[in-house]
Amino acid sequence: MRKYTPKDNVQAKAYYTDRFWVAPRVPREEVEEGTHFAEVVAALGSLAKEAHIEIGQLVIHINAGENFQVIKMLKEQCGYAQCSEQSAVDYLAKEGEFELFYQLLNVHEAKRVRVVCRIKKDEAIESIVPLFKSANFAEREMFDMFGIRVNNHPFLKRIIMPDDWEGHPLLKTYPLQGDEFASWYEVDKIFGKEYRDIIGPENRDPARIDRYDTKRFSRIGYEVPFGADISGGETEQPIEYSETFMVNYNKSSKQLDERK
Amino acid sequence: MAQHQVNYASSAGLPIALTSVDKLVNWGRSNSLWPLTYGLACCAIEMMASGASRYDFDRMGTIFRASPRQADVMILAGTLSKKHSEFARRLYDQMTEPKWVISMGSCANTGGMFNTYATVQGVDRIVPVDIYLPGCAPRPETLQYALMMLQKKIRRESADMKKNKKQNLRLV
Repeated sequence: MRKYTPKDNVQAKAYYTDRFWVAPRVPREEVEEGTHFAEVVAALGSLAKEAHIEIGQLVIHINAGENFQVIKMLKEQCGYAQCSEQSAVDYLAKEGEFELFYQLLNVHEAKRVRVVCRIKKDEAIESIVPLFKSANFAEREMFDMFGIRVNNHPFLKRIIMPDDWEGHPLLKTYPLQGDEFASWYEVDKIFGKEYRDIIGPENRDPARIDRYDTKRFSRIGYEVPFGADISGGETEQPIEYSETFMVNYNKSSKQLDERK
Repeated sequence: MAQHQVNYASSAGLPIALTSVDKLVNWGRSNSLWPLTYGLACCAIEMMASGASRYDFDRMGTIFRASPRQADVMILAGTLSKKHSEFARRLYDQMTEPKWVISMGSCANTGGMFNTYATVQGVDRIVPVDIYLPGCAPRPETLQYALMMLQKKIRRESADMKKNKKQNLRLV
């Protein structure tokens, strides 16, 4: 298996170098006058710090403290009646911030708007559950995966990971194969910490073969009884053929084909 | 089952069959293996197909039960997440002795492709497994074969469960 390298600064410094790779970047277009999106930006006024269009979607950058106000305006004045997605992106290592986004849909105009704001690590965000019921689970998931607290949420509780889980798995600093707590979670929960020694650490190598384990692995060519102790080496059991039962073609000079 | 050919006509018409208690008990156990209806992921689809009419588990005396109290075999079919492992172990504990476990598919055997923080890396970390069934997902024929292997294993065992030493770790 590939060696695990700590990824604490994975955003600040890439752990691999690719000479010819160019990061793809979505082109940003200006909001044209007279379009639906221009009306949306005009309605928000100074609440929108910056607005541009990416792949036909309006992206609005706002202050994190004004998220409820902005989304309420978008819902009630601009007809964005559906919140299809809400989550965050971890830019902590690079910029020291989370980027939160709200994806809204206007079914009458068939237009989508993404509201983007940034918060620091220990800051909280205002819940938009009073506006959109669909944000309930999305905000709980954001809390579960990133540890971002949501103010005035009706039931802010972990939604995917168990309630007694430690850590927030979607942070870039969280190791993919889990930390110390995660690797012993089921053992500690079911049997208790004292059974760690009996059960042993997780096997993360799917191709692992234990040549001395005769219960779970067979030894081809050196067949040994089930569960036999072979720590001192296998006994040689060469394949032998019976001289009397089978014909030894090497020694016999008998002409098999009479016609020759 | 019978150890001797019984000729009813010459044995005063007595319907006699001679056997040992072990064989009689294991004959009953191995031919009425009732698995727990317990699908965890996509392997459960193959498990359901095995139970349905085309592959027909019923003809082997295998009838899926909805309660662990009535089940003999636990087929762990699919990915076991760490959040769910507690409940899998509880269901195993609720089953009455004698009980056996089939670990079905790569995910249940070793964690499979889910080499992540949230998946149990092999269900043998929480329950003692009798049969490891490879495949992703195993075909219904493979599950049938695993069940037949389990039947063979049961027929080798002693009827007295105390004499049977489980190969795997059995925790209190």
